[in-house]
Amino acid sequence: MTAVLHSIPKNTAVAVAATGLGKHFTVGQRQIAALEGITLNIRVGVVSALIGPDGAGKTTLLRLIAGLLAPDHGTISGFGLDPMTQTDAVHAITGYMPQRFGLYEDLTVQENLDLYADLHGVPTRLRSERFHELLEMTKLSAFQDRLAGKLSGGMKQKLGLACTLVARPRLLLLDEPTVGVDPVSRRELWLIIERMVASGTTVLMSTAYLDEAERCHEIFMLHAGQMIRQGAPDAELSLLAGRCYEIHGAENFTRRLQSRLAEQANIVDAVIQVDAVRVVTAQPQPPTLDDLAAEFPSLTVTSVRPRFEDGFIVRLKPLVEQVNLGRALSPSTQAVDREGTVIEVHEVERWFGDFQAVKRISFDVKRGEVFGLLGANGAGKTTTFRMLCGLLPPSGGQLRVTGIDLRSAAAKARRRIGYMSQKFSLYGALSVRQNLEFFASAYRLDRGQRRVRLDWALDEFQLAAYAESSSGDLPLGHKQRLALACALLHEPEILFLDEPTSGVDPLMRRAFWSAINALAEQGVTVLVTTHFMEEAEYCDRLVIMAAGSLLAAGRPKEIRAQARSPDRPNPTLEDAFIQLLHNIAGSDVGASQAGPKGGLQGRSPQQSEQTPS
Amino acid sequence: MNAEHSVPNDPSARRLRLSGLIRKEFLQIRRDLSSIAIAFLLPIVLLIIFGYGVSLDARHERVGLVAENPGPETADFFSGLQGSEYFQPVTFSDQRAAKAALNRRQISAIVRLRSDFSRQSLSGQSAPINVVVDGVDANTARLVSGYLQGVWAGWLQRRLDERAIESTQSVLMQQRIWFNPAVRSRDYLVPGLIAVIMTLIGALLTAMVVAREWDRGTLEALMATPVSVGEVLIGKLVPYYLLGMGGMALSIGMAIFLFEVPLRGSLWVLFVTGSLFLLAALGMGLFISIIAQNQFLSGQVAIITTFLPAFILSGFIFDIDSMPVAVQSFTYLIAARYFVAILQTVFLAGNVWEVIIPNALALALMALVFLTLAARRMPRRLG
Repeated sequence: MTAVLHSIPKNTAVAVAATGLGKHFTVGQRQIAALEGITLNIRVGVVSALIGPDGAGKTTLLRLIAGLLAPDHGTISGFGLDPMTQTDAVHAITGYMPQRFGLYEDLTVQENLDLYADLHGVPTRLRSERFHELLEMTKLSAFQDRLAGKLSGGMKQKLGLACTLVARPRLLLLDEPTVGVDPVSRRELWLIIERMVASGTTVLMSTAYLDEAERCHEIFMLHAGQMIRQGAPDAELSLLAGRCYEIHGAENFTRRLQSRLAEQANIVDAVIQVDAVRVVTAQPQPPTLDDLAAEFPSLTVTSVRPRFEDGFIVRLKPLVEQVNLGRALSPSTQAVDREGTVIEVHEVERWFGDFQAVKRISFDVKRGEVFGLLGANGAGKTTTFRMLCGLLPPSGGQLRVTGIDLRSAAAKARRRIGYMSQKFSLYGALSVRQNLEFFASAYRLDRGQRRVRLDWALDEFQLAAYAESSSGDLPLGHKQRLALACALLHEPEILFLDEPTSGVDPLMRRAFWSAINALAEQGVTVLVTTHFMEEAEYCDRLVIMAAGSLLAAGRPKEIRAQARSPDRPNPTLEDAFIQLLHNIAGSDVGASQAGPKGGLQGRSPQQSEQTPS
Repeated sequence: MNAEHSVPNDPSARRLRLSGLIRKEFLQIRRDLSSIAIAFLLPIVLLIIFGYGVSLDARHERVGLVAENPGPETADFFSGLQGSEYFQPVTFSDQRAAKAALNRRQISAIVRLRSDFSRQSLSGQSAPINVVVDGVDANTARLVSGYLQGVWAGWLQRRLDERAIESTQSVLMQQRIWFNPAVRSRDYLVPGLIAVIMTLIGALLTAMVVAREWDRGTLEALMATPVSVGEVLIGKLVPYYLLGMGGMALSIGMAIFLFEVPLRGSLWVLFVTGSLFLLAALGMGLFISIIAQNQFLSGQVAIITTFLPAFILSGFIFDIDSMPVAVQSFTYLIAARYFVAILQTVFLAGNVWEVIIPNALALALMALVFLTLAARRMPRRLG
């Protein structure tokens, strides 16, 4: 049993070592260097993060370490073992969770665990104890007999992680383990990762979330296949001394202030942060706001502590092609009356059989608002969203969109709606132009309009260079732009965005949000669902859903205030979200999540709430 | 905590991995209604269609009878037709009316007895009959004209016997049909169908389920465990081999007990040759899914390269010897062809080793080739 261990040098400080690592792929006729000259040392017993924009080579590097790809150049070793020649030995000590977590959806939670225990040769006598521990840790005890396919996104990730942990790997490789996971599940995943590290496991994870990277001991930043930075996250921060500021005092025009600031030459980055705009300047000196004084008379500037994300932006922004979607507006949209209510939701409910996915909710959305719909996986967000788009009829209540009753004239209302789904709904085999043409004809634009809008889309979204490329081969960011262009072709009054930035890196998220802001300025109403609590700050107003009901509604400031407590005077929206879920956990929602220990018998009656909606 | 990583090559670890993979596959089969349907429902449907619905025999064919000069002789000849289970005669007063009925496809043939039929037959001459057959359906046309000829010859013979006159035709054909004396098409269709059913389970189902692992990303997760390529393949082979043999047992049971097809050979021969055929089909299915790496494409390719040829080019319905030479040589590449030959022989003729052994060897060769190809082409890594 320990034969492999003898071949592993003990007390090696380096878990994974790579020198001059290179890997190329051929896509169509193009040769793409996924990785080039990567040299790195990953320390034993810590969490290291692989970060970088999409297509930077993160997944390729993880696969090379796991022995799933053969390198074209250079050498790589994990605990002194070569993944190419000693593949079996490497697999025996490595746990690898791919992006799609490798679960068998038609097997139950327990059956998945059994399978991976068999595959990793976990001795039978150790199993019951270990399964028990893993199920407790992942809070899946009550769901042992549920099919993996019927779990919510967060639960699937936790099960995927549990499956890679059955063999107690020395090296844990996680490819974007927290994408598409709500904040509660994300915290739970991190608790598990920290427990594993505490017991000696080495963890390497790729992530698009920089707040996660900041929690890691070491950072490896990749861009276009090259290592551009490695070291402790704190090291990044010294670079930013005296360059980070918050600007308060724009009141309800924070978003407009943000877009003004973003245009300034000496400002590298400007994002909405709580009630203020957070900026990173090009030089270590405060931003000059003289030319904004007329529009915003009462601005104040305060110096703030740099964050890791600032470092990421500062390093990567010069390297990445800049896309300014701020002008991505429909030319015909006029300045509009902001008082009109465009979406009215009154006592709306939706049943699936005897399961009430949405429980008599009411809210309304005003013209030109950016309105957020937040909630954990399975909270009823997507169901609500589909009802608003006229894709799913409500079981009861009134639903009016631009004054049209969706129950009687869904098709009429849909013509005024643009919809961009999480999966982008593009035709991968068609070119960019063909996709645009298809959506233009689907929205019944006439020939003249079609030409005008197509030119507009290719021009404003900077897609002209890719017009003839098939959309399936585009990088994620371009796909996202194309999907947005398709949703805007018919100049909708309302834009629905379902998790538009899931798995997208911070640079692309910024570009995307600048487009959203510009649209809202022009009077387009934007409804957005998101897992991203930071993005929720960008919304004018939002609602938080759990188990089909509204937990909270209002401006981000108002919702944050609900979580204020003596020991937490300045809660973030994420704190508020978790607090809200926690408050009702005792009464009904999430009882199964926060169930008692030994939840094997404690099968909760609220299980149905975990069903993805 | 790292003190228990088992050695990947340890036989007990290997056993554990294999049994884990096989158990997983059975759980998936049990939960996936479509694979159960392909394995058990489809054989039943196909067997019932081919056993009851499709018949290549001509039975109760409607035949128009025209006697230009009706008399006892013509009535005697017609009564012979009336008594036959192959025909359902309809009498017409003249040839014109009969032709009109043939044009409207109400009858498939006309038997016309000329005005001199009675005289010729009484005088002991051969008494020719005039037969017009609707040749649109060539198969039926041939059968009908053959049957009519048989009826006519029989009638003539009887007449001669009755009158104790020696036959003017010195040579008379003595016809014996061996192996399937009743000439029931069902008796050779049903055994052949077993090959088609096993192709479905073996190649189509396997092609789909391996490709499914690509599509869903589970193969990537498997590759990162100590599982070897061989174990993944065996983990697929064993469950679908058992499923395929189950489908075969069901089909053979239905053939014998429901359709009363005689089984003149031995069950063990069927078992051995069936296993060889199934291995060839499984190997092909695995190979296809490894190349295609996508469920949809894999299914399409499997249907075109295994199921359709098993249907059309195996000799199951269409006789290989009557195909053009080019097509005939192509059939040697189709595993079902060898198995159909074995099945029809073992069911209807018995253990004829001269047929069974060469065909079984061909199957064994094909199984070896495809399984080797699958094992060779199965990627050990991504990309």
